[in-house]
Amino acid sequence: MSTAVDSSAINEMARQIRRDCIRMVVTAGSGHPGGAMGAAELFAVLYGVVLHHRSKTDTTAGPDRFVLSNGHICAGWYSALSLTGHLPREELGTHRKLGARLQGHPSRHMFPSVVETSSGPLGQGFSVAAGIALGKKLRRDEGTVFCIVGDGELQEGLVWETALSAAHRQLDNLVLIISDNDVQIDGPTSEIKRVRPVAPKFESFDWHVLTVDGHDVPALIDAFDRARTVREKPVCIVADTVMAKGVPFMEHDPKWHGTCPTPEMAERALEELGPADGWEDF
Amino acid sequence: MLSSGLRYTDATPVRDGFGRALVELAAEDSNVIALGADLTSSIRVHWFAEKYPERYIQMGISESDMIGAAAGLSMNGFVPFATTFSVFATSLAHQAVRLSVAYNNANVKIAVSHGGITVGPDGATHQAFEDIALMRCLPGMVVLCPADANQAYDATVAAAAHRGPVFLRLARGETAITPGNEAGFAIGRCYTLAKGSDVAIAATGSGVELAVAAESELRTGGISATVLNVSTIKPLDEETILRAAQACGAVVTVEEHSVIGGLGSTVAELLARRFPAPVEFVGVQDTFGESGEPREIMEKYGLTPHAVVDAARRAMDRKCR
Repeated sequence: MSTAVDSSAINEMARQIRRDCIRMVVTAGSGHPGGAMGAAELFAVLYGVVLHHRSKTDTTAGPDRFVLSNGHICAGWYSALSLTGHLPREELGTHRKLGARLQGHPSRHMFPSVVETSSGPLGQGFSVAAGIALGKKLRRDEGTVFCIVGDGELQEGLVWETALSAAHRQLDNLVLIISDNDVQIDGPTSEIKRVRPVAPKFESFDWHVLTVDGHDVPALIDAFDRARTVREKPVCIVADTVMAKGVPFMEHDPKWHGTCPTPEMAERALEELGPADGWEDF
Repeated sequence: MLSSGLRYTDATPVRDGFGRALVELAAEDSNVIALGADLTSSIRVHWFAEKYPERYIQMGISESDMIGAAAGLSMNGFVPFATTFSVFATSLAHQAVRLSVAYNNANVKIAVSHGGITVGPDGATHQAFEDIALMRCLPGMVVLCPADANQAYDATVAAAAHRGPVFLRLARGETAITPGNEAGFAIGRCYTLAKGSDVAIAATGSGVELAVAAESELRTGGISATVLNVSTIKPLDEETILRAAQACGAVVTVEEHSVIGGLGSTVAELLARRFPAPVEFVGVQDTFGESGEPREIMEKYGLTPHAVVDAARRAMDRKCR
């Protein structure tokens, strides 16, 4: 079903997500641009192709469900939601502002029709996502729960508690996507506390593991298609991503985990990204 | 109220009332499910697990993941009871409780045994003196601390009916069935077990048994005491406590918990705001516990009827004359 997708349109959506991330962070005066930009294709493919939602306004109604566990990269998620009709484009300008639905980290309290579970403290969202998947199993509901985590997040012990639980309960309706960009706040993940190689760790936990270039749209679509067909095991997609992908002076640099670019830098970044065909800035 | 309306008459572990109620709730509502973390019979959820194996989620020794899974299950319309020892749910898994249950306003019931001192010989590592404090500071968290097995049964039913997070704290040990506790159970109500005019004793959990014994001793000495069973710490029944404080002019709090952050603090916060009156605190002082038989520990750490009587006299001495 996904094979007929025009991947160039999804690439342009990812480009617009990156532009939005830069502009949202600059508008807010703070935020987390790097990881969000690195996951742009993940968000674009999920929201542009993969996720099946019954309602534009209430994505928690299923059949598919989505949890962003590394909540700090929510600028990319909010952008994807706005590009697929789940929230008004202009609302992106409220990110991180007082009273906004688009809180600095995703908040079910502030945005219950979209945010299944508040996230930010790492590992927690994945645990709840597995609980949602278990609940769907108990109810024999169709649909799949998709959950994104960061590679640094794998340093949290709770991730591995949940990895055990999901495999033990054979949650084949759970797809974990790891945005593996080898960057965390204090430096390269491989220097801070190594989590690579990731795939064999999950394989040894009895997960079905797929490894994919996290910026290759057709490859991602194919991985998600295959993930839905796996039975009796939860699926882990290890997506090789580049933090702040698309803006060479920001790429791979831990500084851009949580730093807001100056207006001049932002302008340069937007020039490097270029305009996105078919989309306009919010 | 459930159809059976189970009533105990003899001293019974408080947790038994919880376990029995859960089985009956499950029969009436297929959304009621339970999760455990390798302590199934300790929290008396084995009766549920035997009868409804498909609705009992054994999470293994993973309390944080159990709380997260419970939150996720609630998002599919289930009413999950996450069960373990109090110290594990409230300290080890506090982040998951704070974020995934409280901040999400998830319809999760955190039902714990071994709240307080009575885990006994296991020692300080397993004794939870700070659990009420940790739970009551979380916005939206209902905190229930039933005094006996009948109240535990009723509190379990009330917790299931309440939409939103509930912390249900159950002692491990047996407590006497306290007369006057059979008058139904409502979240946010405290129950007057004796009415006096000299001192008001507000107690929770196993503290109620001590307060009732102290009232009798005080009466013998010519002192008339009000005894309140504060089975809901949050939301607090402020008006009942205020009326008792105003009638008596002196207050004693009694709890199997630290004097920091529990019932005593809750009552003191209320009185400081609305009716400043002398308060004396019976509870564990700012210390960890140790191994020993529950009764020995209770005595060593000042949780006896006699300690309540002494506190009552001190509170009365401090009344403005």
